[in-house]
Amino acid sequence: MKAPSTVLSVKNATKRFGGLVAVSNMSFDVGEHEMVGVIGPNGSGKTTMINMISGVFQPTEGRISLRGRLISDSAAQSISRAGIGRTFQLVRLLPGLSVLENVMAGAVYGHKRRWGREAEDFAHSVLERVGMDAMSHAPVSSLTYIDQKRVELARTLAGEPKVLLLDEWLAGLNPTELETGIELIHTLRDEGRTVVMVEHVMDAIRSLCDRCVVMSSGVKIVEGTTDEVLSDQEVIRAYLGDDDA
Amino acid sequence: MKPATWQELIWAAVLVGLAAFWPMVTNGYWLGIGVDVMMYTALATSWMLFSGPTHYISLASAAFFGIGGFVVGSGMSDYDASFWSMLALSALIGAALAALIGLATLRLSGVYFVIFTLGLAEMIRNLVSWVQNNFLGSRGLYVLTDFTDTHLYWMLLVTAASVYLLGWIISRSRLGFALRIIGGDETVARHVGINTATTKVILFTTTGFFAAIVGAIIAPRWSYIEPNQVFSPHLSFFVVIMALLGGSGRLWGPVAGVIPFLLIWNWVDSNFPNQSILVLGFAFLIIVYFLPHGVVGRLEQLRARARGRS
Repeated sequence: MKAPSTVLSVKNATKRFGGLVAVSNMSFDVGEHEMVGVIGPNGSGKTTMINMISGVFQPTEGRISLRGRLISDSAAQSISRAGIGRTFQLVRLLPGLSVLENVMAGAVYGHKRRWGREAEDFAHSVLERVGMDAMSHAPVSSLTYIDQKRVELARTLAGEPKVLLLDEWLAGLNPTELETGIELIHTLRDEGRTVVMVEHVMDAIRSLCDRCVVMSSGVKIVEGTTDEVLSDQEVIRAYLGDDDA
Repeated sequence: MKPATWQELIWAAVLVGLAAFWPMVTNGYWLGIGVDVMMYTALATSWMLFSGPTHYISLASAAFFGIGGFVVGSGMSDYDASFWSMLALSALIGAALAALIGLATLRLSGVYFVIFTLGLAEMIRNLVSWVQNNFLGSRGLYVLTDFTDTHLYWMLLVTAASVYLLGWIISRSRLGFALRIIGGDETVARHVGINTATTKVILFTTTGFFAAIVGAIIAPRWSYIEPNQVFSPHLSFFVVIMALLGGSGRLWGPVAGVIPFLLIWNWVDSNFPNQSILVLGFAFLIIVYFLPHGVVGRLEQLRARARGRS
């Protein structure tokens, strides 16, 4: 299934760390309003893929473009300003700043450069959106894990990204939190956001993702609609090994 | 570092106004201490502009300060230039040097940055001495002006007030907010769209700019200077200790470190001259064990506790 208008396009992206090939020759497209899951066993290069898109490092080979504009040779701050926002696998909040300031950080330097009252109001509205506005003046050290994740998501949303990258946003949550978390991402989906999510939680993938790209040992093994992919023999083999396939 | 408030600015203006009368109520020893206080207030506050929010500990203050003193000394002694033109030149050279160091150290963080700045300051000291000894006439430089301690005091007060005002403006700006984010997590800073390199270089440049001005203003106090004297690495450590003793959480923190430190230092230096360096060691221990957030941090902690009780 080819999406009508491609927003994010990855072409032959390869990342080598010395002799180690973490990601090899990856290509996939993400269409407007699409939610694409990047799945695969641990160590298959999913986070490396996300890091290349967000500009933590540049791909050794290949191109990544956002609405036709090449971004893979830019620094992370330019990629962020171009409209790609991300969360981190291990939550990264700014410890000395309040919850509100953490979210403002996302609003001030993005492609809409808000400041002062405007940035504050906008941060409040995004916090309300993730259900955290009541905590806006709390220090981040007082937050539970899911609340930290919500604040980090709010910070990313405050940058009004065209493409949102979620790196295992649901990992490490307990069952109740997980439910809240999946619900929250559902609302993102209902808003028609373009999202690439690396995820291990199968329930979430099944209910959220339009399409999935499956990686194993740094290469793409399958790409297709979520149902197709999850019943694919090769995918089952990659996750469970040969005996169970 | 939290954004500074209007209240803080008004307090600062009142204190600057009062401090301006110091030379009229005293002279000699206490005026000399006043000059020291103003000098270190300007240096420590400008150091704090960069190092406070980012937690990059710079030991390069002496390099900029030395450039200021050396440019004034060399210009006036060897080229008959006026003090004011050399003051302006030293500020420009200090800023340019800081920008270069900033660009060279962008990839360094933590202890590597500390060691690099110290090593670089020492290298500049030796380089300047070598050039001075081999190519530029005299070994020492005469800085003869009509300035008295009162004039120097006022010039330094104006410098310190300018540093504070600039810091106040920055702390309320996008730039100041960006620095706090960089201090929290540089990866996040880049991912919210902050150009971390430019931000750090701009702030480090202002630090170099002001330290060079302070070095230039202080030069006439000595009348005769040698490169080794103005580039002394002691100064870099003094600046860091006073700034940390005061506390890096607030823009006015350094003042709260500079005054007590200099009073104790001068008392020990005049009564037990051989033990003065011990004060430095003790100050370090006190900061590490009792005042990790400085005098200001402790005051705010006490205030929060008092409020919690009532």
